[in-house]
Amino acid sequence: MLSKRIIACLDVRDGSVVKGINFEGLRRAGDPAALAERYNAEGIDELVILDVTATIEGRRALEATIREVSSRLFIPLAVGGGIRSEADAAAAIDAGADKVSLNSAALADPSLVTTLATRYGSQAVVVAIDAKQNGERFDVYARSGKVAADRDAVEWAVEAESRGAGEILLTSIDRDGTRAGFDCPLTAAVSSAVSIPVIASGGAGTFEHFYDVFTGGRADAALAASIFHYSEHAVSDLKAFLARSGVPVRQQ
Amino acid sequence: MIALIDYRAGNLTSVRKGFAAAGAQVFTPAAASELRDCAGIVVPGVGHFGATGYLDDGWRREIKDAIGRGTPVLGICLGLQWLFDGSEEAPLPGYGALSGWCTRLPSSVKVPHVGWNTLEATRPSRLLEGVADGTQMYFTHSFAAPVTADCVAATTHGARFAAAVERGTIWGVQFHPEKSAAAGIRILTNFTRACADGRK
Repeated sequence: MLSKRIIACLDVRDGSVVKGINFEGLRRAGDPAALAERYNAEGIDELVILDVTATIEGRRALEATIREVSSRLFIPLAVGGGIRSEADAAAAIDAGADKVSLNSAALADPSLVTTLATRYGSQAVVVAIDAKQNGERFDVYARSGKVAADRDAVEWAVEAESRGAGEILLTSIDRDGTRAGFDCPLTAAVSSAVSIPVIASGGAGTFEHFYDVFTGGRADAALAASIFHYSEHAVSDLKAFLARSGVPVRQQ
Repeated sequence: MIALIDYRAGNLTSVRKGFAAAGAQVFTPAAASELRDCAGIVVPGVGHFGATGYLDDGWRREIKDAIGRGTPVLGICLGLQWLFDGSEEAPLPGYGALSGWCTRLPSSVKVPHVGWNTLEATRPSRLLEGVADGTQMYFTHSFAAPVTADCVAATTHGARFAAAVERGTIWGVQFHPEKSAAAGIRILTNFTRACADGRK
């Protein structure tokens, strides 16, 4: 049976993880490769490196990070943040990323999704959608949630699929950073409208939140950052909890 | 050296890194004639079956000769599908070493099939030596090969399909061993060993 995936997100700036980490025994606090190895040992299913850098030096550091992580870990690795062009995507993939996640660039030029899907295959193209509830609908925002994109999240997900996206990474702006739980209505609305997998993001605070988004939210995968950063064994404990609750997960 | 054929269907960086972790030396042949003294042949690939059109008569002839010499072949993902007669995804003949046609996964489930799914071993094999029945591997595909006598492990997503095949020295996996953690690297190691044995 196909497992529900648990994905850890590393926010990286200039080669270091910037969200708080208090793991003991890491070679260097904030070292993305060391953190990635820790997650891998705990059974994480996939990693996302989110580049929160804007400088050229930062991009080079990111490529070095991708190279280091991908030569040591043999699980899927996606890279997002700052992928603005085919050249940016090619640099990340050449460094060892299996997937690139497009957000503002796909909104600005939806044909980029098709260009990359044709060159690398749909499995390599994730379209990231940041959405915020507005009455009955969910509106899409670009530029890290700052600019309204004047699009409906469900419609944009359907269009992204038709243009060649292999997965949707769906972040609730309302829930992001709140630890109040994933936005299940948003996730269910998008997941029911597309046939490609949907990764839920934003709001993970407890193990029950993952159960909720995999059942009522119809998510195929769930992504989180701080819930994993702040406690040891969180990934393996989460998977044991989900398995006991009847959610199919990969266990090593 | 193991030949990793680049027929422009996806990026090979991860496959190269996976083989490096398995202790194998890999090269990418620029022409079919470079297959003449390789220890093994890997046909990787993701994406559309139409991309396999790159593997024209020249490549097919060299691969056939290599198989005749006992050189192991490993098809990964699209590469496994190409080992069969063909696929309903594109009107091109497959290599045809294995009988059967690849079909699209049913629309009752999400397609593409992306993520970790379980291997159900159907018979003992060299390919899966050291890999426990029930181990999960990472898949990403929309089309799949049928379960036939060549199948050594099946997986179910809407329908039961061939996850791993082995017929003599012709091996194939529908999942991505290079992305399937330690169990995946074990499979690349098994293939690398088979290639080394073939050289003795």
